[in-house]
Parts: sequence; structure tokens; C-alpha cells
Amino acid sequence: MKIILDTQKFTVVIERLAHQLIENHGNFKETVVIGIQPRGIFLANRLVPYLEKITKSKIQFGVLDITFYRDDFNTSNELHIPNDTNIDFSIENKKVILVDDVLYTGRTIRSAMDAILDFGRPQKIELVTLVDRRFSRQLPIQADYVGVTVDSMISQKIKVKWQEQVGKDEVILLNKEI
Amino acid sequence: MRLSVKHLLGIKDLTKEDIELIFQTADNFKAVLSRPIKKVPTLRDTTIVNLFYENSTRTRISFELAEKRLGADTINFATSSSSVSKGEGLIDTVNNILSMKVDMVVMRHSASGAPHFLANHIQVPIINAGDGTNEHPTQALLDAYSIREKCQTLKGKKVAIIGDIMHSRVALSNIFCLQKLGAEVLVVGPPTLIPKHIESLGVQVTYDVREALQWCDVANVLRIQLERQNKPLFSSLREYALFYGVNKKLLDSLQKEIIIMHPGPINRGVEIDSDVADGPHSIILNQVENGVAIRMAVLYLLAGKTSAE
Repeated sequence: MKIILDTQKFTVVIERLAHQLIENHGNFKETVVIGIQPRGIFLANRLVPYLEKITKSKIQFGVLDITFYRDDFNTSNELHIPNDTNIDFSIENKKVILVDDVLYTGRTIRSAMDAILDFGRPQKIELVTLVDRRFSRQLPIQADYVGVTVDSMISQKIKVKWQEQVGKDEVILLNKEI
Repeated sequence: MRLSVKHLLGIKDLTKEDIELIFQTADNFKAVLSRPIKKVPTLRDTTIVNLFYENSTRTRISFELAEKRLGADTINFATSSSSVSKGEGLIDTVNNILSMKVDMVVMRHSASGAPHFLANHIQVPIINAGDGTNEHPTQALLDAYSIREKCQTLKGKKVAIIGDIMHSRVALSNIFCLQKLGAEVLVVGPPTLIPKHIESLGVQVTYDVREALQWCDVANVLRIQLERQNKPLFSSLREYALFYGVNKKLLDSLQKEIIIMHPGPINRGVEIDSDVADGPHSIILNQVENGVAIRMAVLYLLAGKTSAE
């Protein structure tokens, strides 16, 4: 086990991501934030209040479930139970920021882009991720804002822990038990 | 998480957890159906045949719409325009269709047990869309889902099923479904239309519609199924309407709010009057709307299983 981000650094990284977003999106007048279910919501829930505090403006924030858009429905042995999708504003011509915790194969983001396009035609889609597992992409997808980049093997696992869930903010790299 | 069954043949085989999983999944599909683009690509590589050996409007359109909203390919089959009229048997027909690489079967049949029989002979998931006088599981699911939507929970709710209990597959599936979710069920109708020993299912029985309405929170009014009655079981439709029809005058005299349901098609003026069916407490059209989401949920949860084996 290796600690990638400890509790202290964790907060610094999230605040940096927020400032990078503000740099590009100003007061978020034409921008909406979409958290990807289930684990992207944790990051979005941290980012959005911080962004609102700094920009002193209300940010349109929705959650998106990608279960029905997965590409492994007939090949996966697992049946995925859907989570809620809640986007109660128009994304037409808006800049959409997708938020997820870990960027790995890129397949989730592919599904998320398909799903979001069913809600309208955004002007632009960007991606923010807390952890980027480099060199493991199966699709040509990259994040625009990265918390931390990790080189890892397929057999290893990245675990993002959240204060809200387990009482501690932390990112760790696990070696799969043999 | 998965359903405990491979086919949906009847509510009888489902657990409470299965039903709750179907409802939870249907909630998400209902949200999809309220979007500008009411479609998801989930079943885009699945082909589904709708085998209707008996007439249907609602169920058939609802299933077809559910399949299309999930992105599946659909084939429709009606007995009148098929080789069944040339004498082809059920298994032959189905096997021929399946050899064209079809992944799921939705079937309605006038013989009770037809989908159960088929399930012993074919490998793909089967969804029963009504078999004779046995079960109509998706109808019961959408009925219970509609009550849940209106009252939040079914636990402790009192539901009266009114009318032709004897010939109704909706009644039997509803009894199983409501009881599994913790509701109390009472059946009411003319003695000739109440099956013997129905109390053994744990339902109350009465022959007085006023008494039933006085007792219940929800009234599910069933259609008189004349096509299934081989011998006369009541004197006339007029007499039936007089003694068992649900009308505004009767409801007003009770001074309480009762949720009105009907699985359709409605015989207006027989089992239910127009001012009740179209009244403020009627959720008949909500039932139809929810039917699509429920069927999407069932298709989704069963389709996922095919390739896992």
C-alpha cells in the first residue's frame, strides 16, 4: 500500500482544481458542473461549495448516472443497478464540466459524454478528475484538470477515501492480494 | 444485485426484494421518460419478439415502447397473420423465431401456463404478458408501483379488487404482489365470479361492493371478461352495473377518498362509470404511464442475465 495523497494534500489539491476551474470559467455564468454517479459526486460536492464561495455566485450543479450508457451490458457478468440522474437545467450551449474521482480506462467518460448529449448540445465538455491513472487508457480521452497523476499497473487498485464516507480524506494505491 | 428469477412468469415466483429492485430501477427509467430524449442505448444489441396469441392494445404497445426506449430491436407477432393459423405449434413457432437470433420473448397466451411450458423448452428469458386466467405480472407490478407513487408505501394499505375475480389474471397477480409488499387485500364481486377457496390465499371476501369500498384505501376495478365466460354467470350487464358498478353516487355517499384504478380496457357504464374513471381520484392513466417504466425495468433486469450464463 502506498499513500498517494494524504489528508492535508488532499484538500490542497481540491482547492487547486477549483482555482484552475475559476481561471477558465470566471463566474460560471455559462458553465454547469455535472458529477458522475456514484463516486464523482463526492468530488463535485467538495468543488461546488468552494467554487461558490470564491466566485460568490450560484453554480448550476447536476448529477449524471451512466449505467444505461455502458458498453459492457452484454459482456459484463455484473448487472449494474442505476443511480439517480438529476439535471434540472438546460445544458444547451453551456460549457459542461464533468467531474469524476478516478480516470482509468476512459470508458466511463465515453458513456458520460453519450449520456450528456441526450440532454442537449453543450458548447464544450471538459473533464476534471482527482486521480489520473496514466498509461491505462483504452479510449483516446484525457482530463483537462488533474489532481494527481499516478503510474500504476492493471493489477493495482486506486482507492479514493472520502471524509463523508469513511471519516478520512485519502488516496491510496493498493497491490492486489494474491 | 440481480433478480432471483431467470424469467418473469408470475409474481408468485418473485421475492419482496425482487419487486423492490424492479421499482427502484423503474424510478430511474421514469426519469429517462421525462427527458426530451426519452431513449437510452442500453439494449441496442438485444432483439426481442412480442408473441401475442391473444388480443391486446395497452400491454402490447407498452412493451413495444419499453423495448424501443431501451434501444432494442423488436419483432411483433400476431396469431391472425401468422403460420399459427396454418396449424403450427407453440414450440415450433418459438424455436423458428429464436433460430433467427432473438434474445428475449414477451408472450401473451390464452392458455394458463403457456409461458411456463415454454420456459422448459427454450433458453432465452421469457416475460409473461398475461397467460389465460393465471397471471399478468407486469400489470400487477405497475399497479403496485402506481399505488406506491401515490401513497409512498404499500405497507398496511387496504386494497379492494372489484369484479370478475374468477377470470382475471390481473386479480391473481395483484393479490400476490400486494401481499408481498405488505398490503391487505379484499376481493368483491358476484358469488359466481369469485373462485372457491380464494380465502386460502389470505384475502378477505365480500359480495357487497359498498362494504368493500367502505373498507378500502384503493379500489382496483376489473373488467367483466365476457370472452372468457362460457356460460352465463350473471343475468345481464345492466344488472351487474346496478349491483357491482362503481359510480359517483356510491362513492359520494361514503364521504371518503378512495384511489380508483382499472387495468383497462374499460367498459364504461358497466363496472365503472365515466365520472369515476375520469374523476379526480382516478389514477388509471398514471397506471398506463408507469407501465412503460415498469416494463423497461423488467426487460433491463432480465436481459442482463442472458450472456452471463
